[in-house]
Amino acid sequence: MTAGLTTALGILAAATVLGLWWRRRDGRLRPSTGPVADLTDLGVRPGTPVTLLQFSSAFCAPCRVTSRVCAEVAARFEGVEHIEVDAEAHLADVRRLDIWRTPTVLVVDRGGAIVYRATGTPGKAQVIAAIAALLPAGAAR
Amino acid sequence: MMLDPRSPRFAAAVTTVVLILILVFRSGWLALAQAVVFAISAWSPGWSPYGLLYRALLASRLPRPTELEPAAPVRFAQFLGFVIIAIAAAGYLTGVTLLGLVFTGLALVAAFLNAAFGLCLGCEMYLGYRRLTGKPTPARVPAPLP
Repeated sequence: MTAGLTTALGILAAATVLGLWWRRRDGRLRPSTGPVADLTDLGVRPGTPVTLLQFSSAFCAPCRVTSRVCAEVAARFEGVEHIEVDAEAHLADVRRLDIWRTPTVLVVDRGGAIVYRATGTPGKAQVIAAIAALLPAGAAR
Repeated sequence: MMLDPRSPRFAAAVTTVVLILILVFRSGWLALAQAVVFAISAWSPGWSPYGLLYRALLASRLPRPTELEPAAPVRFAQFLGFVIIAIAAAGYLTGVTLLGLVFTGLALVAAFLNAAFGLCLGCEMYLGYRRLTGKPTPARVPAPLP
């Protein structure tokens, strides 16, 4: 009985470490160094200053929150477009772009290059900070 | 179908406690009972036993939810939970205690992460699973008119 309790406490301690690590990492926008990919079939229009391309799936609770964050940023800044695609309907693209989790948000610049990617729900302030350099001054509506 | 997101979170907390009890008492029957709870919740979230407990004990004392979440991810995660804890129950009840221990431990990690951090491991794994199993699912199409 004590052995079982010790096992349980050990598992809880390990899970806590895992959870803290995940929380620190989740939603962080990381600079992306991948090659320029053709994203037009996913609805990205060349020439759009910033496209927030979000991959979602049906089995994904944080996708809705992420969708709202991206939509709010798109509404606030001129030249930002938010596109949400169903990852399951675009599995070939999911593999090509090395996406493993939903939600994943790709920040695409005017030339079609992926400049940032975030897995999990990014904070609104982080998204705004990341896209600021890609937008002309006075883009805020 | 949409759910009050606090309900599955509460269910994960109750599940965490039950899984600890399974580990402590090495109880295959308790594991089996938890498997039944998972099965009901995956099949019909409205009849989830811990969900009913949440509604009876807590829902009326808390403010109304400001947001609802889709039931599909929760059902998928409950189904994974069912598979894992059913294996654990089989292990304990047939005397393969190590099998019971390992799978109850896996379920405990998942349930605790959900309860304490709001992280749904099953939901996170879903796209990876779909990537590996290949074919795109057919898109929804309008039903033909009669």
